[in-house]
Amino acid sequence: MSESAAPSATEYIQHHLTNFTVGHGFWSLNLDTLITSAFLGLVIFGTMFMVARKVTSGVPGKLQSVVEVVIEMVEEQVHDTFHGDSKLVAPLALTIFVWVFAINAMDLLPVDLAPMIASLFGVEHWKVVPTTDPNHTFAMSLTVFFLCIYGNFAAKGAGGYAKEALTVPFGPAMAPANLIFRILEDLAKPISLSLRLFGNMYAGEMVFILIGLMPIYVQWILGAPWAIFHILVITLQAFIFMILTVIYMSMAYESH
Amino acid sequence: MNINATIIGQAITFAILIWFTLKFVWPPVTAALEERAQKIADGLAAAERAKADLSLAERKSADAMVEARQKAAEIIAMSEKRRAEIVEEAKHEAIAEADRIKAAAKAEVEQEAYRAREALRAQVASLAVAGAERILRREINAEVHVDLLTALSAEL
Repeated sequence: MSESAAPSATEYIQHHLTNFTVGHGFWSLNLDTLITSAFLGLVIFGTMFMVARKVTSGVPGKLQSVVEVVIEMVEEQVHDTFHGDSKLVAPLALTIFVWVFAINAMDLLPVDLAPMIASLFGVEHWKVVPTTDPNHTFAMSLTVFFLCIYGNFAAKGAGGYAKEALTVPFGPAMAPANLIFRILEDLAKPISLSLRLFGNMYAGEMVFILIGLMPIYVQWILGAPWAIFHILVITLQAFIFMILTVIYMSMAYESH
Repeated sequence: MNINATIIGQAITFAILIWFTLKFVWPPVTAALEERAQKIADGLAAAERAKADLSLAERKSADAMVEARQKAAEIIAMSEKRRAEIVEEAKHEAIAEADRIKAAAKAEVEQEAYRAREALRAQVASLAVAGAERILRREINAEVHVDLLTALSAEL
């Protein structure tokens, strides 16, 4: 609670849970989500690009070793799960893991830091964790959803895809039921994918905000364990989003 | 939890990041990783080969050592034999040479003795003749008794 004119607890929480939005109705933009995630993407993927440009098969530098560890982890997971012949899935998994991890890690910044910096520029609200904005998580999961549909077409062709949707799991006699099941199943994927990430990060951030409400001398007693625990959550949620994407892609590329 | 156009913006950002990773990050790094794995595999194979080569070379060198030792022993034995032969030959030659020298000396001594005897014989004959001449000058004619004198000198 850094503001001098101490707001009520409700106001404080409300303040921290409001996006920096411009525009009206649907055609408005959460600039904090857009800018934070784009900035993190620029930093992380820019760094990886620098490493990739100077990559050596000889003795790697420290930064290259870090990137290699991540890429090898992703490659192993994709190799274990995905058996189609798509050049897209592994880079997609890497993108998801690294980007979500970096964005989730913003959770560890002090909750008042981002709004404070934003207020210096005359901006009232700044939610610094884009994964607590459903716009971000749904954007990712729907992109994955469309890539899955693309994968289905690429691997099975339109005929094969339609046949699978109509005949699995109850056989051709129950075609309408099969189709309904398939639609539900496919819609459930992006929804669960995005809501899981959103829910976890939103809840985590909420706890940080609640801790921020406490007197300054007890904040660390709860804040430190929660932050340490959140290192796990950050990594885990990034990993889960990645691995589920790989699984969905492998389902798209394989015939049932 | 209000969905707005941010979702479109985030999807575009996400798509750009996927494309970027697919194009510029993933291929070079995985290529380098594969190359390194290949290098390591090659290195291990080379080490294995070198080890095999080394043991082979060791075996070869041991064989060569044994052979060399054998050859050396043979050479020593041969030279030993040759030395004995040479000594033997030299001994024989020396004995033969000594014999030859002895024989030559003996022949010379005999010749000398013969020559001396001949000279003595001639001198004795002439002395005998001279003595006889002196004795018989008065009473015997040399010409008459020449046969007798000759026979006498031959007998000496």
